[in-house]
Amino acid sequence: MADVTLRKVIKRYEEVEAVRGIDLDIADHEFVVLVGPSGCGKSTTLRMIAGLEDITDGDIMIGGDVVNDVPPKDRDIAMVFQNYALYPHMTVAENMSFGLRLKHYPKAEITTRVTEAARMLDITDLIDRKPKQLSGGQRQRVAMGRAIVRNPKVFLFDEPLSNLDAKLRVQMRIEIKKVHQKVRTTTVYVTHDQVEAMTLADRVVVMNKGRIEQIGTPNDLYHNPATRFVAGFIGSPAMNFIPCRLEDVGGRLHVRITDRITLPLPAGRAARYQSIGRDDKLELGLRPEHIAEAKAHPEPGYEPFDAVLDVTEPMGMETLIYFTLEGAQVCGRVNPNAGARAGGPLRLAVDLNNMHLLNEVTGAVI
Amino acid sequence: MTSTVVMDKAAPTRAVKYGSMSRDRTWALRWSYFFLTLFAIFSLVPPIYMLITSLKSSAEISAATNPWWVFHPTLEYYFGLLTSNQFLTFFRNSALVSILVVAITMLISVPAAFAMARMRFWGSATLATGVFLTYLIPDSLLFLPLFKMFAVFSDLTGIQLINRWYVLVIVYPTLTVPFCTWIMIGYFASIPKELDEAAIIDGASWFQTLTRIFIPVALPGLIAATIFAFTVSWAQFLYPLVFTTSTDQLVLPVGIVTTLIKGDVYNWGQIMTGALLGAAPPLIIYAFLMDYYIAGLTAGATKG
Repeated sequence: MADVTLRKVIKRYEEVEAVRGIDLDIADHEFVVLVGPSGCGKSTTLRMIAGLEDITDGDIMIGGDVVNDVPPKDRDIAMVFQNYALYPHMTVAENMSFGLRLKHYPKAEITTRVTEAARMLDITDLIDRKPKQLSGGQRQRVAMGRAIVRNPKVFLFDEPLSNLDAKLRVQMRIEIKKVHQKVRTTTVYVTHDQVEAMTLADRVVVMNKGRIEQIGTPNDLYHNPATRFVAGFIGSPAMNFIPCRLEDVGGRLHVRITDRITLPLPAGRAARYQSIGRDDKLELGLRPEHIAEAKAHPEPGYEPFDAVLDVTEPMGMETLIYFTLEGAQVCGRVNPNAGARAGGPLRLAVDLNNMHLLNEVTGAVI
Repeated sequence: MTSTVVMDKAAPTRAVKYGSMSRDRTWALRWSYFFLTLFAIFSLVPPIYMLITSLKSSAEISAATNPWWVFHPTLEYYFGLLTSNQFLTFFRNSALVSILVVAITMLISVPAAFAMARMRFWGSATLATGVFLTYLIPDSLLFLPLFKMFAVFSDLTGIQLINRWYVLVIVYPTLTVPFCTWIMIGYFASIPKELDEAAIIDGASWFQTLTRIFIPVALPGLIAATIFAFTVSWAQFLYPLVFTTSTDQLVLPVGIVTTLIKGDVYNWGQIMTGALLGAAPPLIIYAFLMDYYIAGLTAGATKG
């Protein structure tokens, strides 16, 4: 096991710069998830760590050694692919032991390792089957088993769950987490699914357009996003962005959304935003759970307003509501008994203690 | 003024033909069976006629009886040919040439195809197209230059290649290697990229990736290429006719024609028997290899 370090890593394909200078330190035993929309360079980054892509510039270190020019087989890594990439002519056991057999491990050692990994992944019964006789979830387990038996320094996962159906994906997610808790191998995991990123990662790396937007723990990213991109990417339903301005009304700092809706900021927030220009174009960032039905006795920082709902989505434990403010569609989560109905009015309250203020021009969270 | 869309409810509608799909299908099947039967008859009549003729005595062949029926079947030509040293020499030459050509072809075209399909090197795509273009040059255009080359080679080195059966082992690959390489490029290209990446990460070298992953996975393609190479070498007529002349150096197709046609005397019975016996090995090889020719061997490698 080892730590992985990326220093100003750049990948250029002729004209296109896919990865534009990435710095990343992954500690030993850590589970790091690279997440971002397609084309953000996350898979390219992973493939550069694997050695499947050359590095245009910068350094990649595994366990303290620069591996820029080390071929994949000498990097002591294992990779799980999105489409499993099992060898179709080999049985499950042969698939898992292929790497060990190439390295001429003793037979007894191979058997021990394969048996152990098969037990961990619950595929002992499938050991003599061919890949075509397996379901998608089973194939993915075999692909993971092939990585585990090698006992590498680093695990690399390239969107391993994208080909599975939703239910199986949740199950395999837990499975992957369990495996990591057992073997504790340093893991780099690529996905476009922010839920996967949040649930699996020790630390999440949000990437966009070949750059790192923010690195942090799942909770950190959720509660303290650094940019509009991270704020909008992490969390589902996504954060609402409502155009607004700051305004002084009666000596108190207010956030003005429309002529009709001007809300006083709680003291803590007011102090933080005091220095912002009153004419700056801003966006109010609010997560759906911070827009709920108004209570009779609101806590401090909860400010009520009226809205006419466009659409409601009952989810059972809550109802998602959608309405329009200043041309922006806004989503909130209310109690299913709050009487929300499409086309009807509802008195709502926003929790300004959890608000974010964004600079509309730079996209930075203030 | 607002524009309105006028719905003409009285407009004629096309009658919906329910079940027309299945009726179309039925007719398509009937037509395909009709043409397949026609084709089967067309291609089976000559060999059946050969079989009938090979079982007749020469008297019966020349007699004005029903040519499609054997009244006095005899195996005399079969015994005659199978005990004739000359015929067995032709057979041995054909077998040696074909087996060696298949081996050489596979040894060249499989690694070549792997390199062109997977190792991205400068000009690999152009080279792949070039290989195919080579195949388009007909042998009737090549035999004279090749003959001249062997003659010059013989003058320079003293090594006689013309009129030796093994010259064909050198000549035939000019036909088989380009085509087999082309077939194998196609098969290798259809193997998902992740499969060799997984092998590389597992620690396989290029050679191990080829022998332990690509060849087993592309086995149907390999068999198709083998069958092609064997058929081409077994049935080739022009090159052996040009390059070999002594009876002990001839291969079957040329041997039968040159030794069983004496001037204007055609030994029809023997010719037919020889041709049938000569057609047997490819048939046996097809039957044997077809069992292994299972399409979809890559099923299960990736999400299907």
